[in-house]
Amino acid sequence: MTSMHGGDIAVVGAAETTEIGSLPGVSMLNLHADAARNALADAGLTVKDVDGIATAGPLAMEVSHHLGITPRWLDGTMVGGCSFLLHVRHAAAAIAAGAADVVLVTHGESGRSRVGMAGRGPNPSSPQGQFEAVYGAQAPYSTFTVPALHFLQERGFEREALAQVVVAQREWAVGNPRASRRTPTTVEAVLEQPPVAWPFSKDMCCVVTDGGGALVLTSAERAADLPAGDRAVYLLGSGESAGAPMVSQMADPGSFRAFQLASAEALATAGIGHADVDHLMAYDAFAHLPLYMLEDIGFVGRGESRDFVAEGHTGKGGRLPMNTNGGGLSYTHTGMYGMFAIQEAVRQLRGEAFAQVPDVGISFVQGVGMFFAAAGSLVLSNRRP
Amino acid sequence: MPGPTPVPTPDTAPYWEGAAAGELRVQQCTSCGEHYFYPRPFCPRCGSDAVEWRVAGGRATLVSYVINHRPFPPVEEPQVVALVQLEEGPRMMTNVVGVEPLPDNLPLGLQLQVTFEQRGEFAIPVFTPAEAPR
Ligand SMILES: [Zn+2]
Repeated sequence: MTSMHGGDIAVVGAAETTEIGSLPGVSMLNLHADAARNALADAGLTVKDVDGIATAGPLAMEVSHHLGITPRWLDGTMVGGCSFLLHVRHAAAAIAAGAADVVLVTHGESGRSRVGMAGRGPNPSSPQGQFEAVYGAQAPYSTFTVPALHFLQERGFEREALAQVVVAQREWAVGNPRASRRTPTTVEAVLEQPPVAWPFSKDMCCVVTDGGGALVLTSAERAADLPAGDRAVYLLGSGESAGAPMVSQMADPGSFRAFQLASAEALATAGIGHADVDHLMAYDAFAHLPLYMLEDIGFVGRGESRDFVAEGHTGKGGRLPMNTNGGGLSYTHTGMYGMFAIQEAVRQLRGEAFAQVPDVGISFVQGVGMFFAAAGSLVLSNRRP
Repeated sequence: MPGPTPVPTPDTAPYWEGAAAGELRVQQCTSCGEHYFYPRPFCPRCGSDAVEWRVAGGRATLVSYVINHRPFPPVEEPQVVALVQLEEGPRMMTNVVGVEPLPDNLPLGLQLQVTFEQRGEFAIPVFTPAEAPR
């Protein structure tokens, strides 16, 4: 019997949009299409092979119709930037259950140029609209960031801890022509920048770009028959959870329980421990997030995240290379970064990354969505157990 | 300070009516005693619908914040977007006003007192340091 976990389901196609960065000539919907066509070509499949569609942003049928797909399975789960991690998890369940054979997961967002995008901002009658937006908690940089000082002070950390994350991740992006920020920086330089939302300076906040990505999933059995079958990446485990949809209502501003729950389920379903993980993608819209994630997933103990990063353990040659594309802070961030975190994990597992880490066998992807509202976790491997 | 105004729903109207009258209102569950925020017609802790509106004392502690140097129009000055905890227990987002928006003036744990900022027909609950900063 096919299982959603344990390597029975595979990513057989993975690609980003042909270009990322500033693309004022491409609408949101055509970013989805460009990424989808690239991912299908990568898999050696066409839209005619696809019978399942999952996306967030536009409706699933807007994307399937645009591409010429007639779906028998749709997933429009929208939990913000980690939606695509949940789509992978849901697609795996659907394929294992026989509800779909080939699922296409797409992301495209004109986050910088805003071409073909809906308006921004919360509904003013929603709890977030009434009780957060009125205070200027509107932009991600003035909302997602609010709990960070509490996190830092609880652990005796200073702003330097945020700058150290920026510096560590920049190293991975240096020289990558697809990365938005690709020159080395220093802790001092990051701290001296004018604040965007103190304690956050500009480089502690993600870049804002246009782009997209797509994934093609099918059963491991079918993957073996595809021309790119030897590049398949297998889903070993996954998890998802959610907390309050408002930052102000987090149960604990100094940690995020949904990270703990989703990651624990991902590790348990994969049947692995922290020490089995070779590579980590930790969704970094802002520099505090990898610190929360390292601690909440349990890669380090409480209060140990700052030193783990500062001592180089997440960098080149470190024992847990993290955000090896440079992350949202340096590589790209369209608004929903989760797709790019998965793409980098797949590249590392295939041995095709710009800054390739030697011998990556298992990659862990941790996503966050709608600020501190939702979480998704994936355990991916290039080996079928 | 100018800024967006809320669009109340039937569940939240008593909160905004209270603010207009100079009261910070929160709900309390009479089954388990929990004070909670934001407004809803049942207790999020125990599920009871035996809940009543209370007037909060208005004292709070500064839990976390950012000083937003890129506010959206019509706000033009740096704005303290703050997470505070009421003495009754609930946490809420707010602004800290009446103090220069500088980190030295805003240590975490700072004791705050509610005040109200008129914005159109709405009074928005905001907080000011309970004692003058040293
Ligand atoms: Zn109760």
